[in-house]
Amino acid sequence: MSEFFSRGFGGRRRPPEGKADRIPPGQYYEAGFPVLTAGPTPTVETGSWSFSVDGVVGAARSWSWDEFQALPAEEVPCDIHCVTKWTKLDTSFRGVSVDTLLADVEPLGGYATAFSYGGYTTNLALEDLTDGKAWVVTEWEGEPLPSEHGGPARLLVPHLYFWKSAKWVAGLRLMDHDEPGFWESNGYHMHGDPWREERYWND
Amino acid sequence: MERLTPEPAAAVVPKAPGRWQIATVTAIAVETPTVKSFTLALPIWMPHLPGQHYDVRLTAPDGYQAQRSYSIASSPLTSGEIQLTIDRLDDGEVSPWFHDVVEVGDKVEVRGPFAAYFVWSGEQPALLLGGGSGVVPLMAMLRHKRLTAPELEMRLIYSVRLATDVIYAAELAAGEETQLTYTRVPPPGWEGHSGRVDAAMIAASGVDPARGTAFACGSNGFVESASRLLLDAGFAPERIKTERYGPTG
Ligand SMILES: Cc1cc2nc3c(=O)[nH]c(=O)nc-3n(C[C@H](O)[C@H](O)[C@H](O)COP(=O)(O)OP(=O)(O)OC[C@H]3O[C@@H](n4cnc5c(N)ncnc54)[C@H](O)[C@@H]3O)c2cc1C
Repeated sequence: MSEFFSRGFGGRRRPPEGKADRIPPGQYYEAGFPVLTAGPTPTVETGSWSFSVDGVVGAARSWSWDEFQALPAEEVPCDIHCVTKWTKLDTSFRGVSVDTLLADVEPLGGYATAFSYGGYTTNLALEDLTDGKAWVVTEWEGEPLPSEHGGPARLLVPHLYFWKSAKWVAGLRLMDHDEPGFWESNGYHMHGDPWREERYWND
Repeated sequence: MERLTPEPAAAVVPKAPGRWQIATVTAIAVETPTVKSFTLALPIWMPHLPGQHYDVRLTAPDGYQAQRSYSIASSPLTSGEIQLTIDRLDDGEVSPWFHDVVEVGDKVEVRGPFAAYFVWSGEQPALLLGGGSGVVPLMAMLRHKRLTAPELEMRLIYSVRLATDVIYAAELAAGEETQLTYTRVPPPGWEGHSGRVDAAMIAASGVDPARGTAFACGSNGFVESASRLLLDAGFAPERIKTERYGPTG
């Protein structure tokens, strides 16, 4: 506990009863779903959409929207944590596990860059993407994912800060080394674990 | 060309100083009925890039903490201190504390400066679009331009609801950069633009979309519509930088 107190501060936005242990350090409970994007919201049509897995792999793969819809999807109940300080509890997305997408590609490197329509990139270690930890989702709380939240499809990696959950995702590029993506080149942490408060470079 | 920012563009990111430090409030300015600016003296000061932010952390007696981010309003040439400008949200946790409790001499825990994307590194021409308190990081850019290179082409389109909502009113009026628009009620006798920012305002700024860099900051709704207008005007997506405060409807 810090020894410093802020005079006259009581704290009004304490997490709801029984949920405090689900709010990572420095985060606050937010009932809404704020938007964070570096530039304009791109328009991505499902007709020309595709998702690919390439880079250092045994066999690259790509799916059209219809092919992607035919993959086994699952409901993903989760909490999400944005580096701008809000945490949203008990939300849910629906999509395809990254394990399913990697099943036949044979990754040959330990890292990946998620890349998006509009040029956004973010880096992830393969171990943060596999074993039921990451999905490519197309629905949020039962509705098609809105474009401002990354629709038609975004990556979902709920155990890391939400900038790692690339909006408008177009694919994963497997790499043999860890290369900073967009926010990671702009002062944000390479890994981004909210429970260790890995927000900025030196954290 | 002279160096406009504390770091050359190629190595634009100063090492993120992750450490919390205890700043002292040395001045408080009332900007509007809901907005105040706080000058903080920092024991460990480092130059920021216009557009960067600090994190603020409040601690209650029982150890409960709240953190929020606030853009730096001051130019990095104002050494040893930073200015934060905070809009009071009535049902908020941190902003009402600044407004209702903080006095000159109080201590505030902060760390920064952070982030290196929504920053002005001397690009020109530059078109700044601010809605409400979204003008804060743009003011850092404008102040820095005035101090370092007043001849640079920089324009500010600033959208407020009412005449009383204009933050930094006197300082903005002292230069020629700003085009204001009032979305609810313009002041009596106002002959400038009223209503939301539109294509005509962007055209009237005179900033050439083929060469210009745009910075838009404000609520999500403001930034969405501003960036759509900028795209329509011909700004390339990679030259439209945005920063969104707060939640969406
Ligand atoms: C990078 C960055 C820079 C920022 N810079 C500034 C700045 O320079 N000046 C400034 O005043 N704010 C700035 N903000 C917003 C600031 O961080 C806080 O979100 C804001 O002060 C509200 O905090 P609070 O604790 O008072 O309210 P909270 O307790 O967080 O929220 C109160 C209620 O208001 C809603 N709310 C939160 N923020 C907003 C908003 N902006 N508009 C409308 N409703 C909202 C919440 O959803 C909640 O319902 C910045 C945010 C970011 C991410």
